[in-house]
Amino acid sequence: MAHENLDFEESLVELERRIDELKKFSDNQRLDMQEEIKRMEERAQKLRRETYEQLTPWQIVQISRHLQRPHTLDYIHGMFEDFMEMHGDRAFIDDRAMVGGVAWLNKKPLIVIGTQKGKDTKENIACNFGLPLPEGYRKALRLMKFAEKFNLPVVTLVDTAGAFPGLEGEERGVAEAIARNLREMSILRIPVVVVIIGEGGSGGALGIGVGNRVLMLANASYTVITPEGCAAILWKDRNQAPRASEILRLTAPDLKQLGIIDEIIGEPPGGAHHEPAFVIEGVKQALERHLGELSKKSVKQLQDERYEKFRRIGFYTDADLPKPCSSPPANEDTAPAGGNGKPDKKKKHD
Amino acid sequence: MDWFRKPKYMTVRVPKKDKKAAIPENLVTRCPACNEIIFNKEIESADRTCPKCNHHFHMPALERLRLLADNGIFLEQLSGRIKATDPLGFPGYQEKLEKGKKNTSLEDAVIGGICTVGGIRTGLAITDFGFMGGSMGSVLGEEVARLIERCCQEKIPVIIVSSSGGGARMQEGIISLMQMAKTSAALARLAEAGLLFVSVLADPTGGGVTASFAMLGDIIIAEPNALIMFAGPRVIEQTIRQHLPKRFQRAEFLQEHGMIDMIVKRQDLKKTLARLLTVPRS
Repeated sequence: MAHENLDFEESLVELERRIDELKKFSDNQRLDMQEEIKRMEERAQKLRRETYEQLTPWQIVQISRHLQRPHTLDYIHGMFEDFMEMHGDRAFIDDRAMVGGVAWLNKKPLIVIGTQKGKDTKENIACNFGLPLPEGYRKALRLMKFAEKFNLPVVTLVDTAGAFPGLEGEERGVAEAIARNLREMSILRIPVVVVIIGEGGSGGALGIGVGNRVLMLANASYTVITPEGCAAILWKDRNQAPRASEILRLTAPDLKQLGIIDEIIGEPPGGAHHEPAFVIEGVKQALERHLGELSKKSVKQLQDERYEKFRRIGFYTDADLPKPCSSPPANEDTAPAGGNGKPDKKKKHD
Repeated sequence: MDWFRKPKYMTVRVPKKDKKAAIPENLVTRCPACNEIIFNKEIESADRTCPKCNHHFHMPALERLRLLADNGIFLEQLSGRIKATDPLGFPGYQEKLEKGKKNTSLEDAVIGGICTVGGIRTGLAITDFGFMGGSMGSVLGEEVARLIERCCQEKIPVIIVSSSGGGARMQEGIISLMQMAKTSAALARLAEAGLLFVSVLADPTGGGVTASFAMLGDIIIAEPNALIMFAGPRVIEQTIRQHLPKRFQRAEFLQEHGMIDMIVKRQDLKKTLARLLTVPRS
């Protein structure tokens, strides 16, 4: 499948196109151009490494938003044996930006919930560009309560630019819907595993993001404000987004180091859309492992550990403590699968 | 055709007189609601409301403490022991913190402690719009969580007054976002302990503060005309290009749409809170 290319990939895509042309040409003309093709493929290999090995945060943001990136329903259909979708918040509408239902993983039922983006404009209009309304969060909570009632684990898949910023959302209390989810998710009596598969956009993402484990794909992003929004506030210029994304620490390795996420799930070079099946399998295996571990825990353990996980996040100095900083432990020994880690905190920004 | 090019008259720019310069700034204020010019002293003695039209001006947290707590004091202040750091090395954050401290003489955008209101022991936290827009970073989140946990132990109710137009504090990035989960989780424990939480929304309350503790009150009170929002009106207009109705996101609009319990003017706030605290039967 042809992918929409990102600006920084252009020279690589161009080279790959020329190699393809040359191959076809040599086949058609029955010429032996093996030498030339081999040389160019080596160059492409090198360029691929250079392009994808040291991705900047802004490039990662672009990959995390890539239209062809596998989205929630791709994961649901790829990972689970069966899926029965449940609709609606029982009060107003069925929000198509939030999908959920019962799914079977290794013959065991669970509840899966996720924000759904589209692969093209038509799909995106159908799911409101993955921007949930209050009813989406209420549907999610309804399904989580269902899970609690029947002792099923919950898996949430996060991929949204944020909650829908508009009149309808405000009128119907999107803030209340998100807040309620944060409160209720923290005390669910069942295991909750969150996977950030694409864009983790602020409160709209966190609204289904309070879990015992928070996993993240190597090229996903998770941030309190979009780099564009941050740049608009800082420098009154949305085009400075690449610069803002350097500051926000929104990449998986950065978030791992800050103690926000627990594990990074690897992606092929260039991003999940280059090899969706590989990534979906990776997420599935991670889910099996974490759900397995969590299934051994008591209700109290699950609740307390989830509480503690979010309770300890914060950076401040405390006059009552001898050590200057109370903070999540920085885990530097775990190698990020995406290979984008830049652990040096003291980068210069001005 | 020469005469097209040659101006007959010389144009001279006369600098516009600054009309506002005529009003000494530290003495009087023009009320943004009724446009009357009022002595600052009058506003201050009326709990920072306009004596002509009852417009509610921003009230610093320390003044609000004097307004709400019995004798105007915490019996035990919990806040102020912890200080913000700059975990992301965010441009201009240190300066903003310094400015906030100077503006409010607080360590961060919140004060919190134990007090009595109408003789009933309660936890009370108040956020201050004058400190970086009352935005929630690590310190605000931690102070609120500590206060709630303390009230769970003591089995007493909690009142939080929000004046946090800034929402989650951008300068601490994702760490600020997580304070939403942290404070909401603490409130889940308060709820499980069967304790009352009253949330008071003052102008303005927005973003990550609205979408966490502010909207989780058993009772939610708003001050008249307070702007209460998730996404700000400018964000909505820019991204969705929607025309927004008059009074959109104001307290009265929220009450109409079923989001808050009541609108209480500042002069009656203490009386109302004191009465609400008597409701739970222990």
